[in-house]
Formats: sequence, C-alpha cells, structure tokens
Amino acid sequence: MNAICQKEKLLDITPSFKESLNENGMDGLTSERLEILQLNITKKCNLNCKHCHVQSSTRRDEQMSDAVLEKCLEAAFFDPIHVIDITGGAPEMHPRLEWFLTELGKTGKRLIVRSNLVIMAESLYAPFLDIYPENGVELAVSLPYFNREKYEKQRGDKNFEKAIGVLKELNLRGYGKPGSGLILDLVHNPAGAFFAADQKTLEHEYRKNLLKSHDIVFNELFSISNMPVGRFLSYLIDTDNFAGYARDLLNAFNLSAAQNAMCKFTLNVGPNGSIYNCDFNQMLEIPAVVNGKRDIFDIVPEDLEKQDIAIHNHCYGCAAGSGSSCQGATA
Amino acid sequence: MSENYYSKDDLMDFPNIGEYASDQGKKFFEYYESATSAGELSEREKALIALAVATTQHCPYCIDAYTDKCLSIGVTSGEMMEAVHVGASMLAGVTLAHSTQMRKIIKKKEM
Repeated sequence: MNAICQKEKLLDITPSFKESLNENGMDGLTSERLEILQLNITKKCNLNCKHCHVQSSTRRDEQMSDAVLEKCLEAAFFDPIHVIDITGGAPEMHPRLEWFLTELGKTGKRLIVRSNLVIMAESLYAPFLDIYPENGVELAVSLPYFNREKYEKQRGDKNFEKAIGVLKELNLRGYGKPGSGLILDLVHNPAGAFFAADQKTLEHEYRKNLLKSHDIVFNELFSISNMPVGRFLSYLIDTDNFAGYARDLLNAFNLSAAQNAMCKFTLNVGPNGSIYNCDFNQMLEIPAVVNGKRDIFDIVPEDLEKQDIAIHNHCYGCAAGSGSSCQGATA
Repeated sequence: MSENYYSKDDLMDFPNIGEYASDQGKKFFEYYESATSAGELSEREKALIALAVATTQHCPYCIDAYTDKCLSIGVTSGEMMEAVHVGASMLAGVTLAHSTQMRKIIKKKEM
C-alpha cells in the first residue's frame, strides 16, 4: 500500500488527531530540543513481518549511501544529540554498518541498534554478536512474544528458536547481565488488532517465562503499539478491523502521552537523507520541515531546537493509553 | 438510543456506571481496581479468571474486554479456551450437584 493511499485511509479516523489536540487547547505539537538522531539506514530485511510499518523484506533495496552515512556521522557529533538510534529494516544488512558503528563510537554518545535477532542466526551476520559489544552498542531487540505460537504468527515459522538462540548468545557475551554494562532491551508489540498490556505487567511475564524456559535475562521490556501504518494498516483493512482499531485508538486518547511522544525529542533520517519527525512519518512520506530544511545535508546544530511537528491521524497510535514510543510507554 | 439491547460502543460507557449514585460508583471502582490488579495472583491469572466468569455469565462486554486483555498480556488461545472449559465444567458441576436436592426429595416422597 503506498503512502498516498495510507494517508487517504487514515482520514477516515474522526475526529482528526489535530482536532483532538485542539479540543484540549493545543494547536499542534512542538518539539523540545532534538536529542535523538534516529537513522533508518536500510529498508532491507531478512524477515517479512505481518505488522511491519516499514514494509521491509529482502526485496527492498533502499539504503543510506556513503555520503548520507557520513553526513549522519557529522550530525551525531552535534551537541544537542545524546542518542544515536539505528534502525531499518535489519541494520545488519547494510554493508557499512560495522564501519559506521566504529565511527559513531568516537562520538562517545549512547548508541542503540534495533535488531530483529533472527538475522544474527545467519552465519553471514553472526559476527555482529561480537561487533556490537566491541562498540558498546545498546541492543533493542524485537521479541514480540515469549512463546513460539504467538511469536511465529507475526514473524514467520521457525524463527522463534533462532531468536531464542541469539538471545542466549548475547547473554553469554554479557548482554542483559547485571554489571556488564551491555544493555539488552526487548521490544514487544501485539500480534493483532489490539493494544499491548501495561508495560510492567508484560515485563514481569517476559522475565518470568524467559528465565524459566530458556534461562535468558534482559534489562528492560519496551511495549510498542502497532501504528496503523504500512503492512499493519493493510492487515487492519483486509481483516475488517480498521474501524474497530480506530475506535479503540480514539477511546484511548491520552493527552499526556501525546505531550510526551517521541517526536518531541527525535530527528529521524530516511535512507536518502530526508528528515522526518518519526519513522512512521517517513513511511507515510510526511516530511519534517526544520527551519525550511528537509534534508540532513542542510541541518546545523542550531536547527535541533523547538520545531513544529508534522502530524496525521496515525499519531493516535503514540497517544493511546500509556503511550507508545521506540523506548516503550511514555505516560 | 440504539435499537439493540447490546451495543459494542456501550462498553465505553462502563466508566459512567456511577452516574446517579456516585458514592457507590466510586466505591465499586476502587474495589474493582483492587480486585483485578496484580496481588498474590498475577494480572494474567486474574484476567483468565475474569474471562471464565464473563463467559459463564454471558456478558458480551466482559467477554470483549477480557479477551482483549488476555490477548494483550500474551495469553494463548489454548489457555483462554481451557479457562472457558473450567467455567463450563463448573456450571455443569453446579447443575448436577443440585440434583442432590432432587434425588433426596424423590427418595423421601416416592413409595
């Protein structure tokens, strides 16, 4: 489903997100100082998940060129940036990732990579099991569920065992273990047209079950709602769940979550260097306009201050209930 | 007003059931929150109990709410169905247990 059709469908959600903000006395959303530089370095992925808002797969070939990577590296040194958050697709499938991580390590800033785990079960990408700890990378890894049935409904057959195997390898290297300094956070998202439970409740269930069944430990669990974007939007439409999910989003609207949404602190960069307020906006081709600039090549440190945020009705996803962001609940 | 006695949207009216009797409503919600939150039993275990009760009591709102809750916590479809069978077998057992009264009366009165 292309971005134009997605945006058109999202107009069915009424009142609009902007109208809901207006009802609460807000004209729109404005960012704080942008501290997180989130980079979608590639849209290629070894998986083809049913919920993927990026619509990633092995067939996608968009990825950051050396010129874009080098400009992002320069931006990572900008003073306001505290966190560099690398995502995809599967970041491991970008041929320059190892070099990029080494260079980013020189910034001395917090470095996060979002991995689907399964990719590191492939021999070609297994070296990242060691490259990540060598560069002090924090890992935020997708594990939609702690049991096979639910995991494989979303991620495909035979992938649960691979993900568990990679988690064990990461634990062996110290990831997720107290005192190691190697952070291993898990990311949960629901396998269907419903919201995630309370983050602490889920974290308790994950911790108990992963330890008991697989002797796996981790640091924190982030619970992320599925946005009505990309393949998840197609799924909602195809299964006649769109209206119900939209109603649930509207009923769960939480102003506090909207006020703490990740777009308040994030500058997202797409594979071609275009900038966005979040990666959902990127997939919907809703550009950020930062002092009239739309490209990372034009950004200077002074641009990372208060800016208007581009919104559409998918934003209800980040503002529902306890909120949702790449760092989990926000409210 | 809807033409149907049960409307899915009515579930959203649940927070308003204290209308016209706000003191009792407030106390009910405090009790409800306390009873359904994690305690000695986990939130997951309580959600499964609530689902079993919801099905035995034929409450469409509660079935909707607690199926969603179980899904969101990661309860499997097999676990949910087992909980429903606990409710179903309890109802069957409760029904059959009451045959005791019937059998006692039969034995007392029949020649």
